[in-house]
Amino acid sequence: MSVLVLLKMVPDVVEELEVSADGKSLDTSFLRTILNERDDHALEQALLLKERHGGKITVIALDAPDMDDVLFTALAKGADRAVKVTDVPEGLTTHAAARLCAQVIATGPGLLPVDLVLTGVQALDDLDGLSAPLLAQQLDFAYLGVVTGVAVDASGQGATVIKEYAGGVRGEFAVRLPAVLGAQAAEKPPRYVPVAKVRAAMKAQAIETVPAPGSGAGAALVEVQQMAKPVVSSHAEMLEGSPEEVAGKFCELLAKRGLL
Amino acid sequence: MAGNIWVLAETWRGQVTETALELMALGREVAGQLGVPLEAVLLGHNARPLASSLGAADTVLYADHAAFAEPTPEAGALVQLIKERRPHAVLVPWTNLSMDIGALAAAHLEVPFVNGCKDLKAEGGALVAQCVVYGGKLEAAVTATTTPALFGVLPGSRSADAGRVDKMPPVVDVAVIMPEPKVRFSRYLEPETGDVDITQQDVLVAVGRGIQTKDNIDLAEALAVTLGGAVCGSRPVIDQGWLSLSRQVGKSGMQVKPKLYLMLGISGAPEHIEGMKDAQLIVAVNTDAAAPIFNIAHYGIVGDALEIAPALTEAVKSKKG
Amino acid sequence: MSNGTATMDRATSELTLDNLWGTPEGQKILSCMQCGTCVGTCPYGDVIDYPPRRIIGMLKAGQIETIVKNDGLLNCVNCYACMTKCPRGIPLTEVLLPLVKEQVLANLREVPAELQKALQNTFRYGNPMGESPRKRADWVKTSDVPVRILHQDPKPTDVLWFVECYTSYHPRGQDNTRATARLLHALGVDFAILGNEEKCAGECVRLAGERGLFDTLSDYTMKLLQKYRFKRIVTSGAHAYDCFKYQYPPRGFRQEVHHTTPFLAQHIRELKPRLSKKLNYTVVYHDACALGRHNGFYDEPRTLLQAIPGVKLVEMLHNRDNAICCGGGGGGMWLDTYYKAKGCERLSDRRVKEAVETGADVLAVSCPYEVSRFEDALKVLGYEKRMIVRDVVELLAESLEA
Repeated sequence: MSVLVLLKMVPDVVEELEVSADGKSLDTSFLRTILNERDDHALEQALLLKERHGGKITVIALDAPDMDDVLFTALAKGADRAVKVTDVPEGLTTHAAARLCAQVIATGPGLLPVDLVLTGVQALDDLDGLSAPLLAQQLDFAYLGVVTGVAVDASGQGATVIKEYAGGVRGEFAVRLPAVLGAQAAEKPPRYVPVAKVRAAMKAQAIETVPAPGSGAGAALVEVQQMAKPVVSSHAEMLEGSPEEVAGKFCELLAKRGLL
Repeated sequence: MAGNIWVLAETWRGQVTETALELMALGREVAGQLGVPLEAVLLGHNARPLASSLGAADTVLYADHAAFAEPTPEAGALVQLIKERRPHAVLVPWTNLSMDIGALAAAHLEVPFVNGCKDLKAEGGALVAQCVVYGGKLEAAVTATTTPALFGVLPGSRSADAGRVDKMPPVVDVAVIMPEPKVRFSRYLEPETGDVDITQQDVLVAVGRGIQTKDNIDLAEALAVTLGGAVCGSRPVIDQGWLSLSRQVGKSGMQVKPKLYLMLGISGAPEHIEGMKDAQLIVAVNTDAAAPIFNIAHYGIVGDALEIAPALTEAVKSKKG
Repeated sequence: MSNGTATMDRATSELTLDNLWGTPEGQKILSCMQCGTCVGTCPYGDVIDYPPRRIIGMLKAGQIETIVKNDGLLNCVNCYACMTKCPRGIPLTEVLLPLVKEQVLANLREVPAELQKALQNTFRYGNPMGESPRKRADWVKTSDVPVRILHQDPKPTDVLWFVECYTSYHPRGQDNTRATARLLHALGVDFAILGNEEKCAGECVRLAGERGLFDTLSDYTMKLLQKYRFKRIVTSGAHAYDCFKYQYPPRGFRQEVHHTTPFLAQHIRELKPRLSKKLNYTVVYHDACALGRHNGFYDEPRTLLQAIPGVKLVEMLHNRDNAICCGGGGGGMWLDTYYKAKGCERLSDRRVKEAVETGADVLAVSCPYEVSRFEDALKVLGYEKRMIVRDVVELLAESLEA
């Protein structure tokens, strides 16, 4: 069974995000990036599938700062092959990046055929589309998103996939392979890999590189007119003081509304 | 017909959803601003009567197909309709149910699927979406460079009541050709029963990442019990296995409307807000004064939930006597 | 009994379970006579399947696999009790346990979630809490006295005060830090901090088994220290003290290192006259493992406490080298949920019960982990009205003249 996992970096929101001087983009001076959390889950799901069914995992990503660390970490966790696409135009939107990835997958070095393409169902910097459905449409694969469980059939022709809805309800689907799945959560939280193992991977393994096909980003589908911190149309009334004082005010609040 | 505003009227287990009705209200406004008709797209099987919930639309485009009897993420019908009828924009609920269809359709048509819109309005003949980005830390005003364009609209943009017009609008039956589906719905998996139904509670104490450990949930439990309510949690807490799925509030969990929603260590990401924005009294405790939740909550306390919760429990206990 | 090796050379810090046996440390380990004192003295001796005695026995028999596939050693909080009591003076906590725990961590099917988060946060943000590195020195704004930050004002300093993580970010840790700043200032000590450049010293992640992460942190810190000129390091972190004392010299660290408590005790003659406010507390002191058992600093904190007017010092049943660990070391700080799931009593709960029995008003500590652990235990056990937790420096600052 072969699985392709698409990874990307997104802004790390542990830091305060600032808008740059042009008023429509992110200020990158103190920006740190982190692996998209949903992609981390996609990788974990792939590793779980490999543990159950055997086969190979290839991780693929567009070049970005700190991407190498992430790719080596994936190799250390058990991925078999890491491919990085270089000479990528800056500032690609989700739509453009997904199109680029699809091209690389379709034409790149031994990436197809594949049974499953796993990637996060969404990322917090998506604006003009979602990567996974775009990939599916380009590759003409089946697609299902918000996935929280995958079991590949014995025949290898299909998979039983769990999708999450509201209210704790989930749906079970029969998906014909090959398919792209948009991961919401892996069946287990993403595993830990000791730093020493990642360092060992950096020494012993290599990241393959593939130059981006030169078709360029294409016309932009959306335009950001303005970006700003959320307008606080209403802000909570803050209760101040020591925990005891705050607790007293809280009780008054409840009493006034007949909740106490 | 060219240039209309469409709403994808999603249905769930035989009913038009609340979110779909919210989008009807929004769509009605936007269509009015542009001076064009509002049309609702209803995909179903033997579901024509549901059109009676969609009275806010000038027309309902109803496509009947066996595939639509279940929630299958096939975008073929929507793509076909958009290609045939060229609406100006399609408002798609940004829900687990509909985002697949919206994203697939946009991919097929090479048009944008604008993510996470909390509002939409026409300015000079073009639609400007107010989008939530970076987990709610920033907002962006975004326009699409193509028409049609698809807009994924978050629940809560308008009230469902504003979109609920009980009259049967004109229904146009449209024929759609669906390819052999690659994805087939098998069955629903219901959440574990025999547990508290948090949607029926008057008081909910919600725990998020800020609760830090499974054990600390005991502090929330003590507070909930004292207040006569129950504990619920945001997604990360459920993912860790610290609370069962039936306690999850948010986009992938329950929608709750309690009298009191007390939040401990939840930052306020849109996915969680979706599940509780209609709570009557929202009180949030967070160590970060800049946490987005303080823009949603009615009252806020900057502090460590692990300190505040016991203090609240103590105070409520003595008040109750 | 062993009170810690005074120095550790490069060779020791590069030991592995494979190359161990040909070394002096390895020979020491092989001299184990299987007496079982280690198990008897271990606070989790009843829970750990493979305590030091059994580890050594099984290593001799070539059965390392069995040990490292068992997660019991996650209960080892690296408290130095076994090493201190071992009649052969075997460097258990210093050498054997970290090597074995490294393999245990690498072999775990699932790293407990809290621990995983702490390790990932430390790697990414330089602190286990996952707070932004750019907020590490925010506490300085709340300090009553000026605090120099080296990257803003890089002139040479006498003392480089290595503040550490809990003391930088945690509200109760910041109480400690503000108190320390006041005391250093009052004593006229020339000091400066690394501010936002500072990252976790990494001792506890090392003791939890993440040697690779420790190497990454120590590489970074060594490079950072080379940017500045300072005579000595004074640190608020008891584990950070151990780290600079034993782990950094093989990496090129040459200066003196002190922990704030013994450092302040050295200045007792200048300090005592200025402790003018009478505190009227009955205080019981908890000996921190890293300071006490590992380095012998039992008297210094007591000297400081007794210098405070109005303080009456009492002792717990298990004190000095018999003290029971708070449970925070070696990863324990992030494994409470895991321990609870296994049905173990939290060591901090056990210790707090003993403290309360003395009738004291104040439980005095000198390791930053202990404050939050003991305050949590007091709350959980319902004793928060009977006893408060204060770091020794907080008490000194409270008594210090304005």
